[in-house]
Amino acid sequence: MAIDPTATPSATPPATAADLDDDIYVEGADWESVVDAVSDDHITVNMGPQHPSTHGVLRLVLDLDGETVTRLTPIVGYLHTGIEKNTEVRTWVQGTTFVTRMDYLSPFYNEAAFCLATEKLLGVRVPERAEVVRVILLEFNRIASHLVWLATGGMELGSTTVMEFGFREREHILDLFEAQSGLRMNHAYIRPGGLAQDVTDDFLERSAALVDLLAERMRDYEDLLVENPIWHARLKNVGRIDADTCLRLGVTGPVLRAAGVPWDLRKAQPYSGYERYEFDVPTRTEGDSFARFLIRLEEMRQSMHIIRQALEVLPGGPVMVDDKRIAWPSQQSLGADGIGNDPDYIRHIMGESMEALINHFKLVTQGFTVPPGQVYVPVESPRGELGYAVTSIGTNKPYRVHVRAPSFVNLQAADVMARGQGVADVVVVVASLDPVMGDVDR
Amino acid sequence: MPAAIVTVLTFLALVGLAWLFLTRTVLGRGFSVPLRTMLRAPETAQYPEQPRPVQPRFHGRHQLNRYADGLEKCIGCELCAWACPADAIYVQGEDNTPQARYSPGERYAEDYQINYNRCILCGLCIEACPTRALTMTHDFEISADNYDALVWTKDQLLAPVPPGGEDTPHPDREVRRRGLNYYGGLAVTPPTLHGGSFAPATPAPASRAAQVVPEVGDPTHRKGR
Repeated sequence: MAIDPTATPSATPPATAADLDDDIYVEGADWESVVDAVSDDHITVNMGPQHPSTHGVLRLVLDLDGETVTRLTPIVGYLHTGIEKNTEVRTWVQGTTFVTRMDYLSPFYNEAAFCLATEKLLGVRVPERAEVVRVILLEFNRIASHLVWLATGGMELGSTTVMEFGFREREHILDLFEAQSGLRMNHAYIRPGGLAQDVTDDFLERSAALVDLLAERMRDYEDLLVENPIWHARLKNVGRIDADTCLRLGVTGPVLRAAGVPWDLRKAQPYSGYERYEFDVPTRTEGDSFARFLIRLEEMRQSMHIIRQALEVLPGGPVMVDDKRIAWPSQQSLGADGIGNDPDYIRHIMGESMEALINHFKLVTQGFTVPPGQVYVPVESPRGELGYAVTSIGTNKPYRVHVRAPSFVNLQAADVMARGQGVADVVVVVASLDPVMGDVDR
Repeated sequence: MPAAIVTVLTFLALVGLAWLFLTRTVLGRGFSVPLRTMLRAPETAQYPEQPRPVQPRFHGRHQLNRYADGLEKCIGCELCAWACPADAIYVQGEDNTPQARYSPGERYAEDYQINYNRCILCGLCIEACPTRALTMTHDFEISADNYDALVWTKDQLLAPVPPGGEDTPHPDREVRRRGLNYYGGLAVTPPTLHGGSFAPATPAPASRAAQVVPEVGDPTHRKGR
């Protein structure tokens, strides 16, 4: 600070930011009002947006009484991407490539919710196989997302071993995603009406082996953390929030379940055939960061349970609806030149059927039209209720896509959870909320 | 008691104690993790020196393909540019002429650019391409230190001329003499020409079937499905 150490304590301190202007050279945005708001015994500390433990570009303004947080104000918007707005000028299929980039740790959930909303407007039901593959990929994605949470959360507490473990296992999951969609993140693999292409031939064995590997590696995290005294000291009784407050703030996901409310959309409002799988919704009553840690570990285990069931029931058949007016036409295959359209399909459209070629051109250039209507489709993402409110006015583009982002809503609870805690606990609070800034700002 | 039995019993007791320590105590459970990890093969990839292979369907940088005789597969239809959600592709089509034929169709891509500043590698373009002119390779090391270098032009994207082929343009007469069935179908051979005469569409003779290599390099396709 700019306070002169040689000055006598009786000297009147500058009253406003304007008086301080000559001494300190911090400016921009709302800094002056923040400084003016400082009362005598409180100080205001700005944390972020460029701070390693704020999960990207979250800015927190902390009112501190000594070392104790009296108020936490999250300031968002530093990662605004305009994806919601951009979907209005893209076709429905192109929209999936955009929405998958919102919550970049759980891209499949964004695609699935957007496509479920589009399918609801279209009134189509995707084939059985596509539905089961979606469930498998979604649950793998939940594990991957929780692993990143574990990894980054551990790193923020100084445990880099946990960080390496989390990313080590996630890498294997990303390999599986890459094998199916060609991309490790932001896949655009789930499309309105089904999937972009069928899974690889070795999908079943590979997924089963991966689940076994993950189940084995779960032991590492448990042995290392569940009874670890340092982990207990940092997480237990930190960031407590009770069920009532959660409900009032609209908090969902692991944070709500750690407070004792068994609310899981996969059970409450099943989609994509989740009603056919047997799994538990883990809950705890403590509502602190340690309870959230245990809930997420148990959720990973439940996800593996769901994947094992889904792998058993995975049927054959198409992965895209039969309706040629909706189904994205391409069929892809591998060659020496990489991945591209299948020569059989090329022969069909270029050599055999002019109608098929016209349909191909029409779907690629214009896309399909969606009947007018408005839907809200929520899915249970790793962070909570991820809802897509999609409006169509009967054109080939969405009229409006609004996302109820779990990270954004859950971030409201950070203030309640951090009050009365130390500054170091703010890191734990934010980590246990698991916000993804791409999801918050959209 | 014989010394051998004592040794064995002591050993078993030590093993039992170690097992109890590693599974029952907080400290031991923590230490069991590095012990277990030491027994596993390391998973670190030595990236720049030994790059790990990507998955077969990987979406790397694009490639504009050629037929076995060197003609370009791109017919300048701009479907890739239409499909692109990031507006990263620019195609300028031009008519083939009797003197200069670049592609089997009426038109070819006179200019073709992919802007990797914008490209999100989603692959909608390769799914849109009606001639498999555009594919995605396994090459992903395309970073550059300036914006201009990331706008890839046609000469950078175009695949090399396959052995036995010739670089474009080809004289139209030559292309007709080959009588190749470029798309594998029946109705499009030989190709029609802007301003040229229309030849009747006939099936390629069976003797020529072996010449029809739709792919550069390996003619057998492994289906990704």
